[in-house]
Amino acid sequence: MDLDAPHSMGTTIIGVTYNGGVVLGADSRTSTGMYVANRASDKITQLTDNVYLCRSGSAADSQIVSDYVRHFLHQHTIQLGQPSTVKVAANLIRLFSYNNKDMLQTGLIVGGWDKYEGGKIYGVPLGGTLLDLPFTIGGSGSSYLYGFFDQAWKAGMSQSEAEQLVVKAVSLAIARDGASGGVVRTVTINSDGVTRKFFPGDELPLWHEELEARDSLLDILSSASPDPMVS
Amino acid sequence: MKTEGQLAGGFSFENCRRNDMLAQKGLKQPSFLKTGTTIVGLIFQDGVILGADTRATEGPIVADKNCEKIHYMAPNIYCCGAGTAADTEAVTDMVSSQLKLHRYHTGRESRVITALTLLKSHLFSYQGYVQAALVLGGVDLTGPHLHTIYPHGSTDTLPFATMGSGSLAAMAVFESKYREGMTKDEGVKLVAEAICSGIFNDLGSGSNVDICVITKGKKEYLRNYMLPNPRTYINEKGYSFTKKTEVLKTKITPLKEMVEVVEVGEAMEE
Repeated sequence: MDLDAPHSMGTTIIGVTYNGGVVLGADSRTSTGMYVANRASDKITQLTDNVYLCRSGSAADSQIVSDYVRHFLHQHTIQLGQPSTVKVAANLIRLFSYNNKDMLQTGLIVGGWDKYEGGKIYGVPLGGTLLDLPFTIGGSGSSYLYGFFDQAWKAGMSQSEAEQLVVKAVSLAIARDGASGGVVRTVTINSDGVTRKFFPGDELPLWHEELEARDSLLDILSSASPDPMVS
Repeated sequence: MKTEGQLAGGFSFENCRRNDMLAQKGLKQPSFLKTGTTIVGLIFQDGVILGADTRATEGPIVADKNCEKIHYMAPNIYCCGAGTAADTEAVTDMVSSQLKLHRYHTGRESRVITALTLLKSHLFSYQGYVQAALVLGGVDLTGPHLHTIYPHGSTDTLPFATMGSGSLAAMAVFESKYREGMTKDEGVKLVAEAICSGIFNDLGSGSNVDICVITKGKKEYLRNYMLPNPRTYINEKGYSFTKKTEVLKTKITPLKEMVEVVEVGEAMEE
């Protein structure tokens, strides 16, 4: 049990464009070695009102990069006089990741909506490349999703189709990746604004060999008896 | 983030080769004082409760049976520290001073998120070499807050948190019994139970339970709230030293002398 191991977010993160905006999705597990340090973390952080960031890899590195970029984007918004574009946010993330590539270990997905280009998703993986894509996946759990997305993603989806796709994908990755788990969080960004959604573990669909929860802590707590070990 | 000069502060690794050479020659390296530790925090209906054990270890030896792991940061903010004792003391002292200066500068009560940002930026810039794992809790005008800070500089915001070698034992207690909106008595009882779980099941934690309850405008530092490990055998004879020193003369001088200040003359003029 190495509790001194650096805090990393095993993670599954996803960003998907749809007809009118973007949907960002992530799991909620932060691990320190083999121990789950935070089972309900929020890996989708806000950069500006209209741009959000999915973080993966080293928790410390991704938090610091997002703090720096949020600061510079705030300055940029003031100087520009209008909300910054998603491309500028992604570029700033890319500059930090690339110029400090020997010290950072974090894979990021930038997603947002602006009035010039609508909904946009950019991937900034390890090393600091900037990838302009209609959808992208990241984190250790993404390995299990490449084939799934090749088959399931199509252009011009509706908002509910895109959200369902993201939730399904994250829950599939959680089922197979030990470093991903907890709940599924999604953030939908479009011209109307930002909507956050939360899907607890027991609301996710069950996949191959997964069993329904029974006599779990939720059942025990909600039952009448105050003693936890008494059925 | 990347600075031009390579030697702009940070750790100096100059003595590492010398230390390696000495170790090869047979010199035993001094071990550092680690607080094995169980530290916890939880949010209850009126604020935050922090708890800690009181054992400080130096390898397998208990160096301090009753150390204080709940550090003062501000009148409304306290911080529990696990990891290397010197690092937790130094970093909490440093940020506590910075917060005081900030309070003088702004004229306002300190916010928990200010302490959080100061701690996380310091720890991140030392890339995990400052081994301090902290549970920071307090109540400010925005409400009660509880954060965990890891040695590499990452932070989490949680309703209940545990850190240190006894964190798994304490987390097991929290996960089974924590509810939102507990009263102060329920919260204190749960925190004491979690720390006791660490004390009895983790070798790096032991001795007594310290608790700190922070609510809006008030804090209660309950040092040695529980003493579940009393000394079982105490010698009735007490301590006696063999050779007694003979007292020849006793003279007591009070430390403070009353001094009168007389205002003389006028203000200096150029």
